Parts: sequence; structure tokens; C-alpha cells
Amino acid sequence: MTVRDALNSALDEEMERDDRVFILGEEVAMYDGAYKVSRGLWKKYGDKRVIDTPITEMGFAGIAVGAAMNGLRPVCEFMTFNFSMQAIDQVINSAGKTFYMSAGEVNVPIVFRGPNGAAAGVAAQHSQCFGAWYSHCPGLKVISPFSSEDAKGLLKAAIRDPDPVVFLENELLYGTPFEMSDEALSKDFVLPIGKAKIERPGQHVTLVSHSKAVDTCLEAAKLLAGEGVECEVVNLRSLRPLDMDTVLKSVSKTHRLITVEQGWPQSGIGAEICARVMESEVFFQLDAPAVRVTGADVPMPYTKSLEVAAIPLPPDVVRVAKKLLGLK
Amino acid sequence: MAAFYSKALNLNAFRAVQSHLRLFCDAPKFPGAKTTWTQTLKISEAKPEDNLPVYRVLDKQGVVIDSSHEPKLSSEVLRKMYKSMTLLNQMDNILYESQRQGRISFYMTNYGEEAAQIGSIAALNNDDLVFAQYREAGVLVYRGASIDFFMNQCYGNNLDVGRGKQMPVHYGNKDLHFVTLSSPLTTQLPQASGAAYAFKRAKNGKVVITYFGDGAASEGDFHAALNFAATLECPVIFFCRNNGYAISTPTNEQYRGDGIASRAPGYGMGAIRCDGNDLLAVYNTVKLARKYCSENNKPIIVEAMTYRVGHHSTSDDSTAYRPKEEISMWSTESPVGKFRRYLETKGLWSEEEEKSWAKDVRKQVQTS
Repeated sequence: MTVRDALNSALDEEMERDDRVFILGEEVAMYDGAYKVSRGLWKKYGDKRVIDTPITEMGFAGIAVGAAMNGLRPVCEFMTFNFSMQAIDQVINSAGKTFYMSAGEVNVPIVFRGPNGAAAGVAAQHSQCFGAWYSHCPGLKVISPFSSEDAKGLLKAAIRDPDPVVFLENELLYGTPFEMSDEALSKDFVLPIGKAKIERPGQHVTLVSHSKAVDTCLEAAKLLAGEGVECEVVNLRSLRPLDMDTVLKSVSKTHRLITVEQGWPQSGIGAEICARVMESEVFFQLDAPAVRVTGADVPMPYTKSLEVAAIPLPPDVVRVAKKLLGLK
Repeated sequence: MAAFYSKALNLNAFRAVQSHLRLFCDAPKFPGAKTTWTQTLKISEAKPEDNLPVYRVLDKQGVVIDSSHEPKLSSEVLRKMYKSMTLLNQMDNILYESQRQGRISFYMTNYGEEAAQIGSIAALNNDDLVFAQYREAGVLVYRGASIDFFMNQCYGNNLDVGRGKQMPVHYGNKDLHFVTLSSPLTTQLPQASGAAYAFKRAKNGKVVITYFGDGAASEGDFHAALNFAATLECPVIFFCRNNGYAISTPTNEQYRGDGIASRAPGYGMGAIRCDGNDLLAVYNTVKLARKYCSENNKPIIVEAMTYRVGHHSTSDDSTAYRPKEEISMWSTESPVGKFRRYLETKGLWSEEEEKSWAKDVRKQVQTS
């Protein structure tokens, strides 16, 4: 099942299960969604549950937050998270902080979802990763799924969650098919927010990443396996809360840590993970300093040759891993 | 008798002065609005009869309706306008195909809006600053950008002035006074207000024009930009290409008011609505708008009514949300064709010229 279909079935199942759940955003209704994630849902549920909005992110995010504060469960789609910047005040100041500021009186059960990070040939204003920005804020939960199973189980969890969730998808993964277990195909398949998954066990080095970068790590792991290096690939699944238990357990086994992300280096996800490892007992188990592999510190260029150079690729991860292990 | 009349006259005069005084001294003094009192309770609502009419010069066949409105343009300018529109069409054809063939990642065409683009820019000075949205390549064509300029940008090669950093159609050209395009919608509007404010302070006589669509006018930046332009009194033309669709969202879902021009009085601004498919109407409108802006240092809304004949972009198939008959109707009523018929009646264009120019321009674009 592709990630797109997994998201679609999650939305369908949750809308069927709970009348209060509705979708709003640009082009989500008759157009089936700019990336076709809401395909068929307007046809099935009609105007009251799938709503096309005028072009104002600040406007419709605000409307969604208001609806959430008053008993509904909106799923608010940003055509890409780059456009969420036009609504970021609503996401953080209104959705994120209200539960705290109201001393628990008012909760905001809203899901903000859409594609995040780099796609292909869409340049700087369509390619930024917002994982670091949103996971920085207490009051929000931030999810960054990789596989179809992640997408389905976590979107359902996000919709059922009583608090605001920022759900960061990836455009390039939408069309990727993944195996789905019978359990994952069922209507009650929900994954816990804040738990990472070991995608591939190994004992020589831990690779920690989220979203598309998990793919990069798995490819790198394949290349390294050919040279006798077994990588343990950790798929974070959630950025806030961050599952440090899984990461620390893995590092205490392998003694080496590489974080891999497509976002920018400064104040990124990798920076947070490395800091937390340093602050824990597991620091003393490291045989070498932890290393971050990140996107290049530039706005994403458009030209293909430059774009390819701006994102970490499997050979980059392989090179860093070998250096860490003292191999040539 | 005279005394009686004079007394009566005095009484009436007194009453008139008294009621005038009452009106004058009794007017509401609220700082928020300058108006009168009323004792009638009525909801003020817009009526369809009050909708702004669409100004046109040419009829459907391209014939001038009122010759006093025909602008006195030289034959060079008129031919340049036509050649720009057809060059734009040809470039759109080739670049759209390029995307389909995988040679560029993305493209947006301009079909149906050629007259709105070229008519407007032709009415301005060469150094008036342009802040555009994304469907205004015709503006650059008319101002003299070479075909190579467009090709280099779309292909993102090393000859591109933008050095391959921007997606296709995100043009920018300092020499032609065209600010580089930015993807997030409507951000160019408050920037245009700011630039106009700077020009006013500098007293350089320049005017700013900013282009945007019917959908983009829903963004919060639209409100901020117009309010600032009005309160700070900036010489900026807010040019709306109302083409009926924002990707798949039709205008009846985008807004409930009478288009975009009707919002002007809300900001204390003037507005003109014109036929965006009538190049002469657009030209006259923007010529007047420019005069108004620069003489009064005030902003103005120009709403060009038109139709987006092509898809939103290469990522869109518009037959999914609008009937093919609608598209073909507007396609046949093409602004390019209308202007051509006008030129032919003036003896400035002909069938043979059309054939040879079509061949020539296609060759030029292909060579580039």
C-alpha cells in the first residue's frame, strides 16, 4: 500500500468513526487534494465534512483552531508546510499554547498535516523542513512518518489525540508502496505517538533519522552490509516527544551514533539528539563523538545538479560511518 | 404687503439656517467615521445592480465601439503589442511541451491573459516597478526580455541570471524593473506598497504596479497592503487578473462580494473594472490609473476581468473541474484574435504577415 493510500484510509476510517472529524484546506474537496491524499473523501462525505477554503492559510488555520476549541476535530491541510509560515501564529500561539495558558480548561484537538521538506525541483520556498521549528515548541506534538504503516497508524493516533498535532508528511514518499501487515490494514490500527521503531537491527553503528532520510539510512545500511558493517537504523516516527529511550538503548549497544536528516544543520533534530546523548549516562558508552549528517546550509537551489548536492545521499552516510569506525 | 412677505421670507430663511445649523452642529462627532444620523433602521446590503460595470473599447469582433476611446498609438507600438502576445503564446507552447518531455520540472502558461498583461505594461513607463505573481511573463516580453532569458531561467542553466536557484517561471530582472517572483502568494502586495512609499518619499515620479489573481486576493497580505497603501498614500496600482479560477477553486467559492474592485471603497480607494481580454481597454484603464496614482499619490485597484484558458500549471488538469465547452468558448474568444482583427481593420496586419510571423517566432523560440 502506498503512503498516500495509507493516509487516505486513515482519514476515511477516522471520519467514519467520529462525526466531529472534518477536513479543510485548499483544493481538498472536488480536486481530491493537491497531492490526492483526500481522494474520494468529498464524494463520500460531502461539503460539510470536506471543505475547500479560500486562499488564506492564516484564515483557515484560525478557523480550524476555533472549531477545535469548540468541540470539533479538524484536520487542517497545508498544501506544503512551507505555506504554514503564513499561519504559524495560529499553529503555535493559538493551537500550541492554549491548553497551558487556560490551565487545562481549553484543549485544541487539531491535526495540521501536509508535505514537508524537500521534494524534487521545487526550489527554496517549497523545500524547507519544519521538523526542527515545530518540535521546538512545548504544547505541540510533532510526527514525521516514514512508511505506510507509520502514516496510517500515526495519522489515526493524531486525529484521536486531544492535543494539537503537526503531522509532517513527505511528497516523495506519497507514491512509495510498503508492505502492510494484516494488523496494519485493520480499522483500529493505531500507533503510539512518541515511540520510535528499529527498522533494521545491527551492532556496529546507530543511524537515527526521520521521514525520507530513513530511506537514505536503509540504503546506506545495505551498502555497508556489503563491507561487513551492520547498521542499526532507528526511525524516530515522532519528533516531539522524542523517543530517546530507543536511541539510547541502541547507542549503548553499538557505541557509535550518526544522525541523518534532510533539514538544515543549525538547531536541527540531530543537534537535539546529540545534546541529549551527551547529557545521559550513555555518553560514556560512545567510542567516538556522535556525528550529524544533514542537508547543506543553504536555501534549496532549483537546478538538479545543485539540488542533489544539497541533500545527504547514501554514499555520504557510508563515508561518515566508515570514518567513525576507522575504516578506509 | 412687502412687510408681510419679508417677514415670511425671513421666517423661512431663519428656519433654513436653523435646520442647517442643526445638521452642521448635530453631525456625529465620532472619530471613526464622517457621516450623518439616520432614524431608519436598515441593513445596508450590496445589490447586483450596483455591481461595477466592465469597461471595454472593442466589441467581441474586435471593432471599436466608441472611437473617442480609441487610444492614439503608433503602428509600431500596436504591432509590438501583437507580436509580444504571439511570442508569449509560442513560448508557452514550447515550454509546456518541455515540461511534458521531462526537460524542465515545471511551467505555467499565460493563455487567455495576454491582453491583460501586455495592455497594462504598455501603459506604464519603462522604469515603473513591477511586483508580479506568476502569470505575467508577457510583461517581461513586452519590456524586451530576450527569449534566451526565459529559456535560461526555466532550464536553470549557468546562463540564468538567477543561477539556477529559482523554480521555472520565477523570473526576476533588475534592468527591466521586474522584482523576482516569490512562491508564497500575495507577499508581493505589501512589498509593492512599501516600494511605492519609498518612491513618494524620493519624489522620483515613478509608480509601482503589482499583479495578483482573484485567489491571491483572499490572503491576509492583501488586506495589509491595501490598508497601508491607502493610509500612507502610496502611488501603487493593484492590478487584479480576475480569471475565474484559483487552481480548481472557482470565484463563487473564493469570495461573495462583487469581485475584487468592490473592496476598494472599504479601504477608501478608487477602482476601475475593465475587460481584461480587450487590450485597448486595459491600456486606457492603466494609463488613467497611472495618472491618478502619480498626480494624487494615491493607490488604486484595477480589476481586469479575464479567463484562464490553460491549466493552472503543468501539475494540473483543469478538465477535472470545469467543462471542456467552457474552456473552448473562451479559447475561441481569445484576446489575441480580437486584437488581431482590430489591427487588420486598421491595415496594420494581414493574413500573409500572420503566416510568416508565426513561422518566424516559432523558429526564434526553438533556436533559443
